[in-house]
Amino acid sequence: MPETLLDIRNLRIEATSYPPGEPPRHVVLVDDVSVSVEKGKVLGLIGESGAGKSTIGLSAMSYGRGGVRLTGGHILLNGRDIRTAPPGALRKLRGKEVTYVAQSAAAAFNPARRLMEQVIETSLSHGVMTKPEAEARAVSLFRQLGLPNPETFGTRFPHQVSGGQLQRAMTAMALCPKPDLVIFDEPTTALDVTTQIDVLAAIKRAIHETGVAALYITHDLAVVAQVADDILVLRHGKKVEYGTTDQIINAPHEDYTRALVSVRSIDHAEKPEAPPLLQVQNVTARYRGTNFDVLKNVSVDLAPGQTLAVVGESGSGKSTLARAITGLLPPAQGRISFAGRSLSADLAGRSKDDLRELQMIYQMADVAMNPRQTVGTIIGRPLEFYFGLKGEAKRKRIQELLDQIEMGKGYENRYPAELSGGQKQRVCIARALAAKPKLIICDEVTSALDPLVADGILKLLLNLQAQEGVAYLFITHDLATVRAIADRIAVMFKGQVVRYGQKSDVLAPPFDDYTDLLLSSVPEMRLGWLEEVLAHRKMESAGN
Amino acid sequence: MRIPFSALLGMIFTGAFFLAAIFADFIAPYPLDAAVGGVWESPSSTYWLGTDTIGRDILSRLIYGGQITIFVATASSLLAFGLGSFLGFLAATQGGWVDQALSRLVDLVMAIPSLIIALVVLSVLPISLTVLILVMGILDATRVFRLSRAVAMDITVMDYVEAARLRGEGKGWIIFREILPNALSPLVAEFGLRFIFAVLFISTLSFLGLGIQPPLADWGGMVKENKDALIYGKSAALMPALAIAALAISVNLVADWILSRTTSLKGGRGA
Repeated sequence: MPETLLDIRNLRIEATSYPPGEPPRHVVLVDDVSVSVEKGKVLGLIGESGAGKSTIGLSAMSYGRGGVRLTGGHILLNGRDIRTAPPGALRKLRGKEVTYVAQSAAAAFNPARRLMEQVIETSLSHGVMTKPEAEARAVSLFRQLGLPNPETFGTRFPHQVSGGQLQRAMTAMALCPKPDLVIFDEPTTALDVTTQIDVLAAIKRAIHETGVAALYITHDLAVVAQVADDILVLRHGKKVEYGTTDQIINAPHEDYTRALVSVRSIDHAEKPEAPPLLQVQNVTARYRGTNFDVLKNVSVDLAPGQTLAVVGESGSGKSTLARAITGLLPPAQGRISFAGRSLSADLAGRSKDDLRELQMIYQMADVAMNPRQTVGTIIGRPLEFYFGLKGEAKRKRIQELLDQIEMGKGYENRYPAELSGGQKQRVCIARALAAKPKLIICDEVTSALDPLVADGILKLLLNLQAQEGVAYLFITHDLATVRAIADRIAVMFKGQVVRYGQKSDVLAPPFDDYTDLLLSSVPEMRLGWLEEVLAHRKMESAGN
Repeated sequence: MRIPFSALLGMIFTGAFFLAAIFADFIAPYPLDAAVGGVWESPSSTYWLGTDTIGRDILSRLIYGGQITIFVATASSLLAFGLGSFLGFLAATQGGWVDQALSRLVDLVMAIPSLIIALVVLSVLPISLTVLILVMGILDATRVFRLSRAVAMDITVMDYVEAARLRGEGKGWIIFREILPNALSPLVAEFGLRFIFAVLFISTLSFLGLGIQPPLADWGGMVKENKDALIYGKSAALMPALAIAALAISVNLVADWILSRTTSLKGGRGA
């Protein structure tokens, strides 16, 4: 008979929100959620932002962030109800029986102290072990987690290790006091795919070897499928579906779960090669005051009405390429031609038509729109600026654009703060579209969005391409997005294009080493994927 | 939308001060410079706030004095904000040598205590209200320049400003439509403070004899005229001081409210 470690029954979590200019409002964040975790098992909590997954995760240590109150139900940890436990008892429990791994390790570590001090801190303050014992345990955890030079790793400062290593160091910190339960809150979301797979494998191995139970919070079902035994799907603070990982992935009962499983299955037939609209020839660029080339001899081109996807991990130079094309960073060498004419390297030297025909959509729709302008002003400005539209004509065109981005009526007078994340990105698309461009540069436009919302945006972009014949230069680190939208692909690594061609060629073997690594690191929505990839890699490295 | 009690109070008082200043000729019971009673008479039904050092009605002088104090302070603060914030935004958006030139010039002016500059300038130029306003406005503009440049620096790196730049917008649109609305909150808060500093600055100048010239009255000057009354336990000097305090508090109550209203549009600066 397996032993139940954490048993949450009919949990209800409430908070008071203070909307500006209105009386305080009472909101229910989590309603009637019951879930249990057995010793040594991993429960995945999944849902989009605002689903209450982090709130439930933190409730396992009876903690509510800023004004959040755990108002109903029971949270039984090792048989004791900790929901109403006094602060003193909770202090003894947190960091000893239950520990927490945050999303952004870089923000969670104290930059002024060495890693070892921070990793063993809770073990010492709870008196679980002596300092030499704790240090020995930390070193063995570093080894388990595959960190380089485990003996001396702890003497480094947080800024001296990479993001993936820091995330693993935080996992070591959580595991060090031998807790019964670890809460992982989106531990790999901020990492590149190639790093994510290492961290994921390390976490999975560490969980198995230490026999600890875990709550794994993420919005990426493919990731959680690799580590969890059971999955709880949440939406708007309510349970959608709760079952074993196998059942959720292979036989989901609910429509919402089915949608999550089948997300990113957009099929996009590749268009044939055609004479280019945009030609980037041998562009080399560096930032002012540095002597390091961020772009090295980059050449790509893009046909009208098609999509060129630029893929690579962070720091590969993909956004810099966009800045070079838009004229924000004049290239040191090389030329860029657009629609048959040579583009001035500098923004100031470009004609109004050059500017109009080349629009841009940003990753963070939040900061890409002026918070003090209404949707009508935001979309209306390019109409006024490029086409001189005024009054009724402008208003009509704004409504047309709002219809095109599938938002409909009643948004013209809203401010960006009054829109959801997906709607904000749609408004940004409408703003770009208003200029009647020939090319839109999309810089990671879906990476800040929940999977289902991102899916909607991708579909919208494809529809608009079919209607308006606009070309996209699509910058992304997400290969699933690439498959869904690209005609041509350029893979970038350290400022260079390492692989370039039609989608079918780039995504077909034989691969170069980097493309292979990149492609095989994208989590797939099935059980056992992680083991397969790791086994495959081990075999390959043994073969070499 | 509900106006909070504190803001309402602030608005009533600020409004009363401004109305009294505008309609001074109709409200004031006695002329500005007529000695109508004895020296330092206590408040009575004839002289509501008593009389001053040469027997003039304090209430009447307060009302006329408010006219000048508020007018000069408002005008110089507006000038300071117009000039300072425009140049500050320009320096932030333009960068390069424009920024360097403006910033170093401002450093130069700020390196010398503003009271000393004011004294030097005012002792050379003929003292009139226009000169007074110009001098105070320009000196205060250096402080506003610093603030608005710093605020605008944070805003110019936002994607929406880049988007405007990529659209080909001119400096005017970027400064007035993209940056200004987002920089308004800290500027409004600063305005509340600067306005009161302006009131105090006029008072200082008047005290030194280079500000408002007699027989015209201003509140700071009135404090000075009546300061000896404190020794005899008379309230004459306290009245104009109270007026300054009441104006300061009420203007800032309103500024606070505007501040909380503009920051409540989420995503803005300081939200």
